[in-house]
Amino acid sequence: MTATVDAHGWVPVCDADWIRPGRGVCALVEGRAVAVFLVGDELFAIDDVDPCSGASVLSRGLVGTTEIDGSAVVYVASPLRKQRFDLRTGRCLDVAEVSVDVHPVTTVDGTIVVDPGV
Amino acid sequence: MAPHTSSHDRLRLVVVGNGMVGQHLLAALVDAGAAPDLDITVLGEEHRPAYDRVALSSLFDGRTAEDLSLVQPGFFEEHGITCRLGDPVTTIDRESRKVHTASGLVFAYDELVLATGSAPFVPPIEGGDAPGCHVYRTIDDLRGIEADAADPAVRTGVVVGGGLLGLEAANALRNLGLDTHVVEFAPRLMPVQLDEAGGAALRRHVEDLGVHVHTGRATTAIESADGRPVRLTFDGHEPLEAQIVVFSAGIRPRDAIAREAGLEVGPRGGVLVDGSLRSSDPTVSAIGECAAVEGRCHGLVAPGYRMARAVAARIAARATNAVAGPDQRFEEADPSTKLKLLGVDVATIGDIHAEPAEGERRHALVWEDPLRGVYQRVDVDDHGRVVAAVLVGDAQPWGELLARFRRAEPVEDPGALLRPPADPASGGGATIERSTPVCSCENVSAGALLDAISEGCGSVADLKGATRAGTGCGGCVPIIEQVVRFSEGAPAGAAPPLCAHFAHTRAELFEIVRVTGLATFTEIIEAHGVPGAAERQGAGCEVCKPTVASILSSLGGGHILDGEQGALQDTNDHFLANLQKDGTYSVVPRIPGGEITAEKLIVIGEVARDFGLYTKITGGQRIDLFGARVEQLPLIWTRLVDAGFESGHAYGKSLRTVKSCVGETWCRYGVADSTSMAILLEERYRGLRSPHKLKLAVSGCARECAEAQSKDVGVIATEKGWNLWVGGNGGMRPRHAELLAEDLDDETLVRYIDRFLMYYVRSADRLRRTASWIDGLDGGIDAVRRVVVDDALGLADQLEEMMASHVASYRCEWRETIEDPDRLARFVTYVNAPDTPDPRVQFVQERGQIRPARADEREQPVTIGGVR
Ligand code: SRM
Ligand SMILES: Cc1cc2nc3c(=O)[nH]c(=O)nc-3n(C[C@H](O)[C@H](O)[C@H](O)COP(=O)(O)OP(=O)(O)OC[C@H]3O[C@@H](n4cnc5c(N)ncnc54)[C@H](O)[C@@H]3O)c2cc1C
Ligand code: SF4
Ligand code: FES
Repeated sequence: MTATVDAHGWVPVCDADWIRPGRGVCALVEGRAVAVFLVGDELFAIDDVDPCSGASVLSRGLVGTTEIDGSAVVYVASPLRKQRFDLRTGRCLDVAEVSVDVHPVTTVDGTIVVDPGV
Repeated sequence: MAPHTSSHDRLRLVVVGNGMVGQHLLAALVDAGAAPDLDITVLGEEHRPAYDRVALSSLFDGRTAEDLSLVQPGFFEEHGITCRLGDPVTTIDRESRKVHTASGLVFAYDELVLATGSAPFVPPIEGGDAPGCHVYRTIDDLRGIEADAADPAVRTGVVVGGGLLGLEAANALRNLGLDTHVVEFAPRLMPVQLDEAGGAALRRHVEDLGVHVHTGRATTAIESADGRPVRLTFDGHEPLEAQIVVFSAGIRPRDAIAREAGLEVGPRGGVLVDGSLRSSDPTVSAIGECAAVEGRCHGLVAPGYRMARAVAARIAARATNAVAGPDQRFEEADPSTKLKLLGVDVATIGDIHAEPAEGERRHALVWEDPLRGVYQRVDVDDHGRVVAAVLVGDAQPWGELLARFRRAEPVEDPGALLRPPADPASGGGATIERSTPVCSCENVSAGALLDAISEGCGSVADLKGATRAGTGCGGCVPIIEQVVRFSEGAPAGAAPPLCAHFAHTRAELFEIVRVTGLATFTEIIEAHGVPGAAERQGAGCEVCKPTVASILSSLGGGHILDGEQGALQDTNDHFLANLQKDGTYSVVPRIPGGEITAEKLIVIGEVARDFGLYTKITGGQRIDLFGARVEQLPLIWTRLVDAGFESGHAYGKSLRTVKSCVGETWCRYGVADSTSMAILLEERYRGLRSPHKLKLAVSGCARECAEAQSKDVGVIATEKGWNLWVGGNGGMRPRHAELLAEDLDDETLVRYIDRFLMYYVRSADRLRRTASWIDGLDGGIDAVRRVVVDDALGLADQLEEMMASHVASYRCEWRETIEDPDRLARFVTYVNAPDTPDPRVQFVQERGQIRPARADEREQPVTIGGVR
């Protein structure tokens, strides 16, 4: 089974109250694995595949915050080798040359949806 | 006279004895370039060329006789030295300058050097020469001891003599798995070198290692039966059962052939020689332990080597017709030593028992720290000059004291040399050597980390970026944390604050949660996080969240996936399984004590077959099933739980396995039912969340097939009950466990383990195994014993209650999960496509099972994105 695309061209993920604050889920978005997180009341979506290991696991990592150059950065730590990825930019905080794609994500009528984008 | 060229007019040197000192003489002659000018013959009684006798005991640590050899292969041939081994010299004919060997050979000499060493003294005890009675001097002696100890009926060993060598022999017996006793005639251990309090401090250390010490008793007889000792009897004391006896009651110089040849001997034996090592016959010299230099024998290798060099210089000069300088003389050095005996520092300076000279007085300065097992005494004279010292348990001041002693310099405040340094960062053991390897994956040393810190790295994350340390297996991260703390001036070993969100250590946080009863992460970070931490978006991090989750769970916080706790768990705990490199999980059902029925084995086999899982027997006596996808986990566990299995918690920082041996039920040596005890313990402590994983083991006898001494808690059966060992582990820094208590009955054993584990859970820092937790406690194992055994802090009841509540509230996490649809719904790869498996998970077959495909074996995954 593949997920359907809703009227606006966004792909539904799950009910908004299904995600636990501070945790992620993984969704299939047009064949691509996307990790979606709820942090506080903000949603983030990045690729699920951890570029450091090639495994589709980032949605299972722990979310944390740290301060970089005076501003707060929200990240997920890969559950495999703990490399951290900035949820806003997809940049890896531990390995300079690595990053993941970020995806637009929002809630429509109580359902979390991700923009399949490019 | 022209240099000697033809063989018959070269100077003929015969050396009797190819031991440490005899060999040193040969090497010194070769080094001096004198070998071509000498016709050298060496005659040895032992069958092998010289070996390192000082390192003799390492034969029991896996080193071989070849490893100990002091003679390079081909050494004798290369330097034209005639060497005859296994053929002792029986007579010296001084008249005709010849020696005769046991096999009847005769060798003529111009210079004869005796290097016959000494022989262990065996007190004239009735039965002391029976089979099973040994000495401890040669490789053959040790091989004999080892062979006897391998006999299963041999369980107990006694060393007669509590001096330096006796303790070394005791350690060897203990390492051979024997219940070990040391019997000493004097009222204390190492009576020659130590004073009473020093002996007592050493005794505590030795006893902590599980060696029984009996001082002040004289052995009267050794009774044997069936060709082996059975019992030692004493004057006015209970006899001791033992099947092996090792005498280490001192040494006697081997001067028999010299005596018979009419050479003078010293007042206490030994070939009497002058300061240039010449005996009463100037063509005969003696060196090493057989020599009584100006009447005094030396039982250590260093003075022997100095004697060898002095004689080599003299003979080399004679052989090469060099201008004869003044004879090289042997200078007597002070009897100062520093050693590690059974892991305990013992150091001495001068003679602590010497009487002060006429009109002089001695004053003893003593520093004692019974908690650390430290005893230090320095004797000074009226001018404050160091005249003698004894250091047990901590020999750090030795170098400083020795320098003052040698220079005979007054010391202004000698006591200051003893007290521990005020700045702990520079104190003994608290420094970090730059060369210490920290990260083996990336090959980064402590020095490289310290350099990076001085260039501005302030955190573990910074160091990972700058040095790559900790980016491999991650096992070294706790050590990196310590280096960071160290660089900030904290004592090495001190607990760092948890993370940027909590200024507390894990232990402090544990107490806070225990006392306040706060039950959620949000409440805890609001009330106790650093200012502002709670307000930040997504408060907390991957360090403090699982730590708090673990604390809540240790304190009986309900199912670990419920409510807010679900968001705190590391991915392993979140899916109640261990994440593998390819994103799949492993499944480890609990198999208490490693005991399993055929029925259950079949179920595991069927589950593995039906789900196509890779199956492996683990190092922890159970079975691991690999390659399960998230959505398969509940299905697999439903089958396992139905068959009576429960979670093995391989994913948690919690009790892993209690390894067992088969014990007295089957094994012919077992003295208790180790399997039942292992199962009892595993079922008692299963599910207990702790600062790091916990491993236990129970062995049915001292042979220790369950390797209990390498576990956090190890239990070993004795004839009288259970011995309890704690603080062992394997892994990155293997550590041997230490004996906490002996001969316990079942109930006391369980009580002590309850207390020990809860004390650890309560007060250890995050990611500290029990070993490093104990090392970090002031007083180490003694501090643990005071709490667990003596209940000095009055905590025992509370600790036992906490454990009782854990035991009562334990429920299998997997059973509860599969029984709850809400929890189960989380086990999907894609929330919006629950039936689609992850196409990146790809296997190939190897040896009839699956394994993750390597990059070159993979088909193009359907999912795109990610790696670019
Ligand atoms: C499966 C097994 C290897 C095997 O094929 O036999 C294994 C596998 C893992 N070990 Fe181990 N260890 C296994 C026995 C051991 C042993 C031997 C033993 O227990 O007798 C040791 C040394 C003894 C000890 O721990 O003191 C051992 C020392 C480690 C360490 C180092 C711990 C340390 O204190 O230095 C780690 C890393 C850690 O825990 O931080 C580790 C971590 C791991 C992890 C959990 C790594 C991880 O996070 O993925 C591995 C995953 C297990 C899985 O997916 O199921 N494993 N590991 C063994 C499982 C035993 C079991 O039934 O539970
Ligand atoms: C277990 C142990 C631990 C020790 N630890 C230390 C330590 O930590 N520090 C330290 O300084 N010292 C230590 N010693 C002492 C040290 O080993 C000796 O001081 C040193 O070996 C003396 O050397 P040697 O050549 O005089 O005697 P040995 O090494 O004993 O050599 C004498 C050799 O002569 C042979 N021999 C005897 N009679 C005859 C004969 N008639 N004909 C031919 N050959 C003969 C003997 O068989 C032997 O091979 C230890 C000794 C032992 C046993
Ligand atoms: S440890 Fe266990 S298996 Fe080994 S000898 Fe003892 S009883 Fe037998
Ligand atoms: S990451 Fe440092 S030892 Fe493996």
